[in-house]
Amino acid sequence: MKKLLKNKTVLANARIYLLVTLGFVVMFFMNNAGMLSSSWKGYLVPICVYISLAVSLNLLVGICGELSLGHAGFMGIGAFTGIVIAALLKGKVESDFLRLLIAMVGGGILSGILGFLIGIPVLRLRGDYLAIVTLAFGEIMKNIIGNLYAGTDNNGFHMAVTTTKMALGDGGKYIINGPMGATGVQKLATFPMGFLLVLFTLFVVLNLVNSKEGRAIKAVRDNRIAAESVGINVTAFRMKAFVVSAVLAGMAGALFGLNYSSITASKFNFNTSINILVFVVMGGMGNILGSVISATVLYVLPEAMRSLEDYRLILYAVVLILVMLFTWSPKVKEKVAIVSDKFSRMFKKKEVETNG
Amino acid sequence: MADYPKNVIQVPTYNLFREQDAGKLPVLDVRNLGIDFGGLTAVDSFNITIGPTEIAGLIGPNGAGKTTIFNLLTGVYQPTRGSVLVNGIDIKGMPVHKVNKLGIARTFQNIRLFSEMTALDNVKVGMHNEIKCSFIASLLRLPSYYRAEAAANMKAMELLDFMGLGDVADKKAGSLPYGVQRRLEIVRALATNPSIILLDEPAAGMNPSETAELMHQIRRIRDTFHIAIFLIEHDMNLVMNVCETIAVVNYGKIICKGTPEQVRQNPAVIEAYLGKEDND
Repeated sequence: MKKLLKNKTVLANARIYLLVTLGFVVMFFMNNAGMLSSSWKGYLVPICVYISLAVSLNLLVGICGELSLGHAGFMGIGAFTGIVIAALLKGKVESDFLRLLIAMVGGGILSGILGFLIGIPVLRLRGDYLAIVTLAFGEIMKNIIGNLYAGTDNNGFHMAVTTTKMALGDGGKYIINGPMGATGVQKLATFPMGFLLVLFTLFVVLNLVNSKEGRAIKAVRDNRIAAESVGINVTAFRMKAFVVSAVLAGMAGALFGLNYSSITASKFNFNTSINILVFVVMGGMGNILGSVISATVLYVLPEAMRSLEDYRLILYAVVLILVMLFTWSPKVKEKVAIVSDKFSRMFKKKEVETNG
Repeated sequence: MADYPKNVIQVPTYNLFREQDAGKLPVLDVRNLGIDFGGLTAVDSFNITIGPTEIAGLIGPNGAGKTTIFNLLTGVYQPTRGSVLVNGIDIKGMPVHKVNKLGIARTFQNIRLFSEMTALDNVKVGMHNEIKCSFIASLLRLPSYYRAEAAANMKAMELLDFMGLGDVADKKAGSLPYGVQRRLEIVRALATNPSIILLDEPAAGMNPSETAELMHQIRRIRDTFHIAIFLIEHDMNLVMNVCETIAVVNYGKIICKGTPEQVRQNPAVIEAYLGKEDND
């Protein structure tokens, strides 16, 4: 029975990796064969980014049970850190791939550090209060980045947060230009890197969930008082989940930032945070595969409906409501259970056959 | 007050040591404990000493402050007065999880399991501090992770089997019947390697046959793990049969301490439970 238990999680995880890899391979070859329209090509990297964001937020909301409305804030930190690092390393690091990687790691690290610092006061709160404070954090980050100037001149690198424009000396070149955001960004992001990011995010989150730490995090979610009573340092584990989530969001943000030639801070506003939360809720709290699927579908859906112009957001809302209603209906749940049961039986039969 | 063996080192005369524990360091030593909520004194001058392999009971009418005492002993509340020594260490100012590490584990009156997790995982959460496997090792799935998990699984299954819960290891804790949940909570508490466990109404909601089984199991826990047990219970049959020493509280104060026989005959106890006899 122990073996069966272990196999179950291994099997479920393998299914997620397999699905993601399959999706990547199909899209990659379709892209190479020129079968994708230019707009579809544009979706590839953001899909990867939003999958990573949804999975990392699911760690916080679904698995740790902490409602955070500031995920876009971490994404923004990662994006602008990544842009600055990539710009500074231009000419120093030859390989674009390596430069992108360093930018993403840098974005993740800074986002993680800020997540830790913010976590110290914020994680004293719970539930609705935590949601409100993280919301405020996201907005603060957006506004700080909106007033952030960074650039290089002959004297080196300068950075300032001011409401008046920062002046640069001779040979000055802005990387981030206050409210105008980052312009002239070299588009380093590639679809394979997006795929690697998704794999890395899944690897971290899935391995975390199925470990001692993950059990402790889930225990804190299910019953804080009981978790404390068996010797779990509740604050430390909420912090761990918060920081890991922030690091992953920062890395995704860096990839996102380096996917566009210009980007402004307003992209990382409350709406984006809510969108990511919608992906998580739709995919199911704590359901990683659900997050992957729902992030993909719900990102592509409004984009694909652009031809409908103003009606698309209405349709998007209708789709969200219908999905919610259907997945909650007991009848639908029953049918889904029957189908998944049949599938799992097929799997088991095959296993028995191969074993025998 | 009942006088009971006095041949004990270090501890004052209010102790209730079993003879077999005499001369050993008490696992739980509570001195003059008290807590006020605002102007209300919920617990006052509560003293008890529990030996390393003692089964002690705490009884009293509803609202007497029994659960408050448990919350004080486990660090959930900080006492206004007095001290709690677990294995000789004062728990003053410690957070709950650190108090647990000193060797005191508990169950709850209203069951607090991790209801979305399997029974096995509930026990493994209890073993959290015992599983030695670093964050990085489990993230990268190093061999040490698999070794630690295999060992944890084995021990958790052993503990579950010990309480007769081996069959429900992979069931969600929240879906288990009430009596099974109560026993699972005890297993989870045992998994923290305690030197004393506090059971808050372990027989609540159980039928007579389940209660009889529980009595047997409580003794078996003590005899197998050589730990002390301190329990709150309203089922007098269980208390009188299982506990070697009993403390009775009313209005936050101890009104009697002693063996089951002594408690049963104590007029103050009878008064607390049945009211005063009218002599008019």
